[in-house]
Amino acid sequence: MSIVIDREACIGCGRCVSICPGNLIQMVESTAFIVEPRDCWGCASCVKECPVQAIALYLARDIGGKGGRMTARRSGSKTIWTASLPDGRTTTVDVDSTVSNSY
Amino acid sequence: MELTYERLSTDLLIIGGGTAGCYAAITFREHSDKRVLIMEKADIRRSGCLAAGVNALNAYITRGRTAEDYVKYAVNDAAGIARHDLLLTMAQGLNAAASRLESLGLTILKDSDGQYAERGPRNIKINGENIKPILANAVINDEGITVMNRVNAFAYITVEGEVIGAIAIDINRPVMYIIAAKAVICATGGAAGLYRPNHPGFSQHKMWYCPFNTGTGYAMGISAGAEMTTMEMRFIALRCKDTIAPTGTLAQGANARQVNAHGASYERQYGLTTSQRVHGTVEECRAGRGPCYLQTADEQVNIHTDNHRSSITDRDAQLYKAYLNMCPSQTLRWIETAPPSQLNVEIEGTEPYIVGGHTASGYWVDTSRETTLRRLFAAGDCAGGCPQKYVTGACVEGAIAAASALRYMDEPIPIIYNEQIVQHKDMLDQYLNKNTNRNNDEAINMLEEEMQSIMDEYAGGITQDYRYSDSSLRTASSLIHALTLRCESLSAHDMRGLISILELRERLTVCAAVIEHLRERRETRWHCFAEHTDYPDISDEYSCYINTRYHDGQWRIIRRELITEAGHYEHCD
Repeated sequence: MSIVIDREACIGCGRCVSICPGNLIQMVESTAFIVEPRDCWGCASCVKECPVQAIALYLARDIGGKGGRMTARRSGSKTIWTASLPDGRTTTVDVDSTVSNSY
Repeated sequence: MELTYERLSTDLLIIGGGTAGCYAAITFREHSDKRVLIMEKADIRRSGCLAAGVNALNAYITRGRTAEDYVKYAVNDAAGIARHDLLLTMAQGLNAAASRLESLGLTILKDSDGQYAERGPRNIKINGENIKPILANAVINDEGITVMNRVNAFAYITVEGEVIGAIAIDINRPVMYIIAAKAVICATGGAAGLYRPNHPGFSQHKMWYCPFNTGTGYAMGISAGAEMTTMEMRFIALRCKDTIAPTGTLAQGANARQVNAHGASYERQYGLTTSQRVHGTVEECRAGRGPCYLQTADEQVNIHTDNHRSSITDRDAQLYKAYLNMCPSQTLRWIETAPPSQLNVEIEGTEPYIVGGHTASGYWVDTSRETTLRRLFAAGDCAGGCPQKYVTGACVEGAIAAASALRYMDEPIPIIYNEQIVQHKDMLDQYLNKNTNRNNDEAINMLEEEMQSIMDEYAGGITQDYRYSDSSLRTASSLIHALTLRCESLSAHDMRGLISILELRERLTVCAAVIEHLRERRETRWHCFAEHTDYPDISDEYSCYINTRYHDGQWRIIRRELITEAGHYEHCD
């Protein structure tokens, strides 16, 4: 379980460094770097915090991951999640924090 | 590396800025203008169990039910080993905590008549993705509360059975903090990482409980001689396979039944308590009828051949959203394979955790939530005797502890002398002053894996179907003791390395306590949670609390009578 950081896209704001509940992200040469991917919980706090969608959640192979990556973008009370699969297809799901879960 | 020292003082010190800690701080300030200091290992905006969010408020007194009903449910689920007095004082505050969370900004679904929409007999529907930032904002906006993020507390300072402060280290700078306080609330959470996890490889931390909760509060209490209770009542969660995502939303929210590989529903055969649900799944697999599933699909597709991605149902779409609000990896799993309407969700038990918010492990407290160490209170997952707390229960305990701590606020701030901190300084120095230019990351990881293997194989982990025996526990005890001694040779180059060593030590201390407690309860009262193969049945002799106190390298066992409907417990010595 882990996240992957696109270091080309990272703007070095450091928000992910401060939000990670495991203190697992550090700034290296002005871009974010996950120190120990094995220690990631997969909570996606950093994914939601990143203002430029440079951090993606993925499922590792040992838990049956198929290579998809998911990013999140905040827009007002909404979080817009985008999952990209290796074959190029994408799925987008909007979640509004002012709307309760149905289940 | 040389540590520098910074002395701090506060009226109330809260160790751990998770749910219980944040709520304790907020409610304390409603009653008092005294100062609060929260020490948090990460950042309170996303630290603790609720980092990813939560799917429902699972402890709520719904219409037509009473606090006493909740107590009965929790006592029954624990087969009698829970404190009636603690449960009742918690249950009486659950709904006020839910309302308070709503007033702070939490979205709670309402019926057409304006009442909270119920999901089950004790649950209400919410959007809990942002529950932790909401709590954190209320803390941050209060000028009387100081938050120190990325500071790791590791020991109490005690004088004649009273806690007068704590010691912590900074995660980023070589600083040791010595904090004097009139009262301390321990709200560090429980312990993950004691047992070999579901996926010991790369995804080792894809687990139910927060992997960064390393049992700090338990270990600090044990080391300081606090009385601990029910550490043998382990918690094992029934979860979606691989992603270890919650099952309640599917089982309770979407009415999916537990079925075996032949499609037969099996849950009623084994009983419906939390431990029985795990046990049923384990037994079905042991009998060759696994794997087991939550039946979400009416007709299953073959994900390898069928063109199944063409459409998803409305229920799928709602479940995608619900899981994004608490465990986004499950939504990604569905997107990568097939939605729940087309494929049943495989379930499995997790490795055992020690977590007083679900089971009853933790500090032995009185109804004011004061521990056996005076001036030290416990709330949330580290407080024992009071299972089924969930989010709202942790809040109530934080509020009770905070209100109780007021009794010490008119006293002066205690004075901490250098001689009281020397043993802790020496302990850190032994790891730091070994002339090394790197951390022992590899050695620490290996010792941690060795610890998890010992616990798995000899103290009832996943590979043993959660079973253990007298002889296996004896082996576990001696191996964990030997491993603890081997930690002495570790060295640290920086603060991150030092914290890794402290976390390993904490876990080993909790492992030792768990083993002592498991050895003492010679019965099987809760399947899986404490499955003793030498004593496979429940025994009246163990209708009591098993408590321990650690002193001078020895565990003293204390059996305490059950506190039932008529009674309540207060410290008297």
